[in-house]
Amino acid sequence: MARDEVVILGVGMHPWGKWGQNFVEYGVAAARAALADAGVAWTDIQFVSGACTMRCGYPGYVAGATFAQALGWNGARIASSYAACASGSMALEAARAQIRSGRCDVALVVGADTTPKGFLAPQAGERPNDPDWLRFRLLGATNPTYFALYARRRMDLYGTTERDIAEVRVKNAQHGFTNPYARYRQELTVDAVLASNMVADPLRLLEICATSDGGAAVVVASADYARKKGVTSGVKIAAVSTVTPSYPSDQIEMPDFATDSWAVVPRPGHAFRDSVARAAYEEAGLGPEDMSLAEVYDLSSAMELDWYEQLGLAEAGEGERLLHDGVTRLGGRCPVNTSGGLACFGEAVPAQALAQVCEVTWQLRGTAGPRQVKNAKTGITANQGLFGHGSSVILTR
Amino acid sequence: MSTDKPKVPAVEGWFESNGPNPHLIGGQCEKCGTISFPREKSFCKNPSCDSTSFRAVPLSQRGTIWSYTNACYKPPAPYVASDPYVPFGIAAVELEKEGMVVMGQLAHGVRVEDVRVGMEVELVVETLFATEEKELLVWKWKPVAS
Ligand SMILES: [Zn+2]
Repeated sequence: MARDEVVILGVGMHPWGKWGQNFVEYGVAAARAALADAGVAWTDIQFVSGACTMRCGYPGYVAGATFAQALGWNGARIASSYAACASGSMALEAARAQIRSGRCDVALVVGADTTPKGFLAPQAGERPNDPDWLRFRLLGATNPTYFALYARRRMDLYGTTERDIAEVRVKNAQHGFTNPYARYRQELTVDAVLASNMVADPLRLLEICATSDGGAAVVVASADYARKKGVTSGVKIAAVSTVTPSYPSDQIEMPDFATDSWAVVPRPGHAFRDSVARAAYEEAGLGPEDMSLAEVYDLSSAMELDWYEQLGLAEAGEGERLLHDGVTRLGGRCPVNTSGGLACFGEAVPAQALAQVCEVTWQLRGTAGPRQVKNAKTGITANQGLFGHGSSVILTR
Repeated sequence: MSTDKPKVPAVEGWFESNGPNPHLIGGQCEKCGTISFPREKSFCKNPSCDSTSFRAVPLSQRGTIWSYTNACYKPPAPYVASDPYVPFGIAAVELEKEGMVVMGQLAHGVRVEDVRVGMEVELVVETLFATEEKELLVWKWKPVAS
């Protein structure tokens, strides 16, 4: 192991659901599970990196301190990161930077959330200068509105069918129904998916990710620390990408009303979501052909098809072929969302990017049980947070 | 649902609703010419430009549909939904001259079945919702009659 390598010593999760408890409880449960998995005492943790939640009051804004206090103040330094759905990756990157700079040897990264029912709605109050308030006010544009715009464009441009989208959902149900941490554990048929209510044409209820309570945690350490612990063949972080868009972006993004204008400055060579994984591949010195599996952010089942292409697993418009050829199914060349993905979890915003890291870690250790990808060597995660937060992590063993 | 109540824009300075040619109001950087919507007033979006001066410019009234969807369920507040709720369409429309995509509701009565990617649409102004005292107006996209 190289000197600046960062090792994943332990991972842990609290099951996703609608438990109605304080988010701190999920975070602490996940943290204790990750510490036990790592064989590290909480009192030995030198840095706590919290992924914030905006829906649980002040403790959510200072997540690092909240989790540290709940575990019992141990004097560790802390950071709290907010990057919407990408908060977990940003918190992981903060911990990795501390370790690589030599400021600490072992760190705990935690994200957890308690969510309200229904659509994610803006916070209360009149905020006529906030685009996230105005898009609800003036357009009635919910999060699924944006997912549906991508899905419909894909259908009209590439000939994607409603059935293709439903088949992604069915695949993820098959992957996730044995996952003890998943909230929705039932096998589905294409007919059942297509019989669920239309929410935002062409997307149906079962094809849009719900919001969940949940918590995930990761213990990361320097290679030296891992060696002293007797861990020599652990899972390593090969890359963390937290890129932002390059101007001008021609993709309409939640919660915006319009894209940038490309009338004066020409568009960059790559769209934002293409650049997210590209930056991770560059850092890792690896490419899509090296990936044994991928965990991607299926906010809608149609977006998973987009991710196949944005991760470089397929050319634009070829995502359906990958699905139908079984490439992205367990047993295929590069299974996608072996955990069941957001379809089986629902989104617990600050925990979700860390949950992706937990799943890839289990896969690389060969301990994913019925979901195990045979001989998994390298895995990638991808997600995107509101307001330009790219997120991708590559793990190897 | 037109009434005799006074009609006012649901948001100030985003679109021109009076006269025969309703249009969106964008911002144009006085230094580099970059266009923005909603109108940028403080910072140019162009990373190579540090200008802080912008003029208001009318955006094209016509564009082509980049994509579209609808809202089958009543959106949460602060959206003010009709009662009983009637689903409505939403489109993202590409403006060729400005090189940008702008969202808007589809005009009253236009269903997702009526549109497709690439179809030409024009901007219209319609009622978004009404209060006791007034009707609030917003821009919408309507297929160009062919
Ligand atoms: Zn400028």
